[in-house]
Parts: sequence; C-alpha cells; structure tokens
Amino acid sequence: MSNHSDKYYVPAQSPWPIVGAFSLFLIALGAGTTVAKIHQSGDPGWGKIVLIIGIISVLLMMFGWFRDQVKESMSGMYNAQLGRSYRQGMIWFIFSEVMFFCAFFGALFYARILSVPWLGGADNNAMTHEVLWPAFEVIWPLIKTPDGTETTAMGWGGLPLINTLILLASSVTLHYAHVGLEKNKRTQLTLLLAATVAFGCVFLGLQVLEYMHAYQDMDLKLDSGIYGNTFYLLTGFHGMHVTMGTLFLIVMLLRVMKGHFSPDNHFAFQAASWYWHFVDVVWLGLFIFVYII
Amino acid sequence: MTTLVQEQDDHDEHHAIPTGIKRWLYTTNHKDIGTLYLWFAFIMFLIGGAMAMVIRAELFQPGLQIVEPHFFNQMTTVHGLIMVFGAVMPAFTGLANWMIPLMIGAPDMALPRMNNLSFWILPFAFLILLMSLFMEGGGPAFGWTFYAPLSTTYSGDSTALFVFSVHIMGISSIMGAINVIVTIWNMRAPGMTWMKMPLFVWTWFITAFLLIAVMPVLAGVVTMVLTDKFFGTSFFDAAGGGDPVMFQHIFWFFGHPEVYIMILPAFGVISAIVPTFSRKKLFGYSSMVYATASIALLSFVVWAHHMFTTGMPVFGELFFMYCTMLISVPTGVKVFNWVATMWRGSISYEVPMLFAIAFIILFTIGGFSGLMLAITPADFQYHDTYFVVAHFHYVLVTGAIFSIIAGTYYWLPKWTGVMYDVTLARAHFWCSLISVNLLFFPMHFVGLAGMPRRIPDYSIQFADFNQWISIGGFAFGLSQLIFLALLIKACRKKGKPVDTQVWEGAEGLEWQVPSPAPYHTFDKPPEIK
Repeated sequence: MSNHSDKYYVPAQSPWPIVGAFSLFLIALGAGTTVAKIHQSGDPGWGKIVLIIGIISVLLMMFGWFRDQVKESMSGMYNAQLGRSYRQGMIWFIFSEVMFFCAFFGALFYARILSVPWLGGADNNAMTHEVLWPAFEVIWPLIKTPDGTETTAMGWGGLPLINTLILLASSVTLHYAHVGLEKNKRTQLTLLLAATVAFGCVFLGLQVLEYMHAYQDMDLKLDSGIYGNTFYLLTGFHGMHVTMGTLFLIVMLLRVMKGHFSPDNHFAFQAASWYWHFVDVVWLGLFIFVYII
Repeated sequence: MTTLVQEQDDHDEHHAIPTGIKRWLYTTNHKDIGTLYLWFAFIMFLIGGAMAMVIRAELFQPGLQIVEPHFFNQMTTVHGLIMVFGAVMPAFTGLANWMIPLMIGAPDMALPRMNNLSFWILPFAFLILLMSLFMEGGGPAFGWTFYAPLSTTYSGDSTALFVFSVHIMGISSIMGAINVIVTIWNMRAPGMTWMKMPLFVWTWFITAFLLIAVMPVLAGVVTMVLTDKFFGTSFFDAAGGGDPVMFQHIFWFFGHPEVYIMILPAFGVISAIVPTFSRKKLFGYSSMVYATASIALLSFVVWAHHMFTTGMPVFGELFFMYCTMLISVPTGVKVFNWVATMWRGSISYEVPMLFAIAFIILFTIGGFSGLMLAITPADFQYHDTYFVVAHFHYVLVTGAIFSIIAGTYYWLPKWTGVMYDVTLARAHFWCSLISVNLLFFPMHFVGLAGMPRRIPDYSIQFADFNQWISIGGFAFGLSQLIFLALLIKACRKKGKPVDTQVWEGAEGLEWQVPSPAPYHTFDKPPEIK
C-alpha cells in the first residue's frame, strides 16, 4: 500500500474502533450504575470500577489509534485530499460541540426570559404566582428560588475576569505559535505553545479555586436552583472542554519537541488550535451571559 | 464509463479479504460496515417489534390481562426508542455506508476507522438499554420522549443507564454524520458535480447536517434529566426556577428534526427506485434537492407543534402552526415529482417498485393526517390520542420502513450478486401491505373517537377496532419473518446470478460495478461524463 500518496489512503483493518466502542460501553455502563447505585444506597459498588476501567481503556485506545495515525502521517501515506477530510471532520465535530453548548445556553435563556418571570406573574401568569409561590420575587441571578433555597451570585470581577484575560491571551499565543509553525520558526512555536499550555493549566487551577470559593463561602452549589444549575453545568462542561483541549495541546507540544509537523503538514496541530479557539469563544459567551449580564 | 469494469479487476495491491470474526470486528470497509448496520437494524426491528406485539396483545381486549401497567409502559417506551434509534436510523446509515461511496465513485467512506467505531457503539448502547429492563424497578417507562417530570421525579434508578446509553448512541450518530458529510463533500469522483449527485446522496447529505445539529441537543437534554434526577438540579422543576415545559422545548428542538432525519433518506431511496422502474429520468431533479433543503431548514422552526396543548403564548401557537403547514409545500413538491416521474412511464412492478408505490400513497396519507394535527385548534382534540399514533406510524412504518425495505430489494442483488426469491418477496409485500393497513388505519378512527395513547386499558366501545388492530399487528409482525427468510437465503447466495446492471432502467455508478460489488471499488476514481 506504500508509495501511493496520490491515492486516498484507506486504512487496513484496525483493532482500535472496537476497543473504543467497548471502552465507551464500560464508561456508559459504569457511569450509569454508579449514579443509580449511589442514589439507592450511597455506595457506587462495582459501577465505579467498571467506569475507571472504561476511562483507562478509552485513553489507551486513543493513544494506540493516534500513534498509528502519526506513524502513517509521518511515513507520507496521507495525501492532500485526506488532509481535507480530517479538517472538515474536525470542523463539523466542533460544530456539534457548539450545538451541545447551545442546549445549555438555551436553558439559561429560557429560565431568564421565560420561566423565572412567569413564576413571578409575568404575561398572563398572575394566578400562577398568586397560587404557587406568592412570596417569590423575580431577580436575576436567582439568589432565592420559589421554594426558598438561598444562594449568592458570582460576580464577574476577580477570578472570572482574570480567567477571561488568561484565555484570551492563550488564544493569542496559540495563534502566533501557529504562525511560527507555518514560517518554520521552531523556537517561537515551541515557546508559545508551551505558554498556551501553561495558560490552560492556570485557567483550570483558578476555576477549581473559584468552585471551592463558591461552595465554601458563597453557598453557590449545583443544586442551588436554576442559577446554580446553569452556572455549574455551563462552566463545568466548559472546564471539561478546556481540560481536553489542554491535553490535546500537551500532546502537540510533545510532538513539536520531537520534531513533528512541517509548515504544510500539521493537521493535528491545526485541529488542536481550532479546538482551543472554540473553547475560548464559548468562554466569552459564558463570561457575558453567565457572569456579567 | 465502459472501462470501469476493467478497472475493478486491478486491485491486487489490496490485502485479501479478511476472514472470521476479525473481519467484522476490525473492518474498515464501507460495505462490511454497511452490512453490519443493516443486520443490526433488522435485529433491533424484530426486538422492537416483539415489544409492539406485547403492547397489541395487552390491547386485544379492554381491561388488564397480560402485563402489568408498569411493564406496559416500559414496552411502549423501549419499543419507541429501539425503533427510532436502533432500527430506522441505523438502517439508513447502513444504506448510506453501502451506497454513498458507490454512488459518488469513492474508494470508501472518508474516515473508515471512525466509521467502524460509530457502528460498534450501537450494539453496546442497546445492550445497556435492554439490560436496564431487568434492573430492579424496571427499565425506562416514561415514553420514548421521556418528558419531565416522568423521567425525573417519577422514574426509576435505571434512568441513569438510559441517559448514558442515549449519550453513546448520540456519539455514534454524530460520528456517522460527520463521515457522511466529509465523504460527500470531499470524495466525489472528478466530474461528479453537486447537481449530478443521485438524490439518495443529496438527501443523506442534508440529513447528516440535521444529525450533527440536533444530536448534541439531545445529549444536553438527557444530561439535564440526569442532573435533575440524581444531582438535585431543577432545570425542569418550577420550585427551583426551572420549568417542565422547558424540557419539551429542548427535547422537541431535537425531536422534530429527528423525524426528518428518519424520512429524508427515505425520499432519496424512493427517488432512486421510481425512475428505474418507470424507465424515465426523475422529474424535477433540482426541485427535489431544493425541496429537501427547505424541509430540513423548516424542521428547525416547527418543534412546538408537538406541544400545542402544553401551553404557550397564542403567537407561538400560530407561528408553529403556519410553519408546520408550510412544510407540506416542499413535501408536496416531492410527491408530485414522483407521480410525474411515473406519468406515461413504462412502469413495471418489480418488488422494489411495489414498495415504492405503496410508500408514495401511504406516506401521503401520513402526511395528510400530519396536516390535520398541525391545525392548532383541531389538535386539542387529536392530541395524545391514537390518531397521533396512526399518523406517525404511517410516516414511519409505511414511510421510512417501507422505503428501507424497498431500498433493500432494490440494491440486494448488487450486494449479494444473486436475485432474491421473488415469490417470497411478493408474498412479503402483499402480506405487509394488507396487514399494515389493518394495523394502523383503524387507529385513526379510535383516535378521533378519543382513545388515549400509551394506556394499557380502554373503554369497551373501542374493543372491536382494537381487536382488528391487534390482528393486523400480529400479521404484520409475522410477515417480516418472510423477509428474514428471504434475506438469509439471499445472503447465502441462493438464487439466480445477476449481471452488472441488475435492473433494466437503472442508472448511476453503482450499476457499473460488478454484482456482487467487489470488496474494494473505485480505487481509481471513475470518470463521470
């Protein structure tokens, strides 16, 4: 199958997909059982073990799969058409991630624009307000829910603002790392990529601090009504994506240090960079709609 | 293009076809994966069908006799989930895998390993879903739409397994859709311009966009169900500032495009079959493409027509009513074009054509009942009755499933290299056609008379109709065993060998490769004139 870089590369059989499918099975089964069993008796039982095995095996699968792909790519089996396939695939994957966040932003907007005002008697819901929770007052952030759970709102200054600046800076450093790669300035590439990874790690660390502060000092918890719900699910899923993006960038950094990628052949780097910019844009949306407004 | 067949012989550089179980587990071949998808879908169709038989057995008579109401609820729920996510969607993905590379002259799908991953997730996902039925407290019992608070406050602990199995199904669908988009965008043979693509390719291309746009939203809404049930959030609980109606909005934002995901590829299959057996070019090709795209775009702004009785501002009801009715315009264009294709054609009634004609007529009935349901004031009467059940089974069984069967009969000789047993096929058609109408047509009447759906018992005046419906149901279920026998026979290559062309009037690249299609096709892209 060699020496056909003009031809579209169709890989031979590969064990990784079935390993991946089985790992996802273990993750889904383990996570489902863990959650159900904790709900029943407080003890996750065997579910936790299955979940951990699943996560480890999915990581091994990704390692093996991508190792194969790196080998293929480095030995010149990929042509420009395959490069386009990968790029388009990555773009549409990111689009699907955008839609995932849309669901949670949708919930946030629905609560703010519709359900919370309705509970306070807006539109033709005066009786709803009167009959259900007459004492309920409409404010956003919803620091007191209809059934009386109280919490504190997270301001946008301090940690969130610092985190915003960090992510914005990381997008800039990553962009110039990419420019360095395209101009074959390897030192610029390595240093700026390393800086981006560092920014990502700092962001995650500060996010953890923010959560600890919210839980311990502010009484802002996952179950603190719709404000806490949307706050934690949006920032939490964003944090998970930053974690994945940082891991992605760390792998890229290791590959850069091994001398991988050339100015005209660096799909993986490009994909990592797109992913990171996407995560950055989501954060801007979060910062505006969850923290500021 | 006559040189194509010779080029096919030139694939000695490939490894030999792998054998044994590894062939199927490790495969990267679009034909293998297509076959896996199709068999998986058929097995799930039989399992989901068996659950429907339980439902019809219980409803054979008024009163409770065979199953507990809670078990009945699990059956309606899992029947729906299996048929939507386990039967119809994988069957179309199987057809896409088999046919899209052949139709556009590509050597394989664009991302073959990911293709295999998308398939193998599915059996595991459904294993989890089916396992949850045996958990303490039973499986999901809140309807396939899992409305909150049924799925949050009032559901069993197996909801967690349901949520995670839907998550991995969604991952599978998204990867499958990405593969379809990239394949069509990037892998067309030189000369296969956009407006030369067969309609099956077009409809799947558009469907794939719907999939990547809405499957993540489904993932989001099941996640909210999970956190509401197990982690104390209140997305769907007014006491915490949320709203159970919000569940329905997010769910149907996924759910309505989802029904087009299940029918657009069907339009593509029918648009391939009707011209072949009418021996004419498809009437209005470009209008078909634009109609498909319009349906897909409109599908994003009609979701709340599932919720007319739930309550929303009057402006909302009107907006969603008119947008829904607007969909009947492009759909009407399609039906018109199929009929116009047949008009003055030299029609012959091979089995794929029989199913295609049945599709056109019966799908149109389902479309019309949909139009009735779209009228907001009328919907207050029809909502949650058997009329709705009749409507969506006409579009999904005699629509989507009939087109899958039609497509299978159309392309099966190309896949296996032998003509299937035509006598069995005709028996399958007539038994299915008669029984499916006996099964679903009377549902219109009991529905209009007010029989509610998803209830294991009913008033005595519905008894006669329900007996007919159940008899139709059992007969339709048994008819599919004819199909099973036929498929097994065809896969064991019992039958008369067919030539490359198979059907006299068929056009397209798939009819220029040998029958059965070689393991690797279009190593070198064909030239399209």
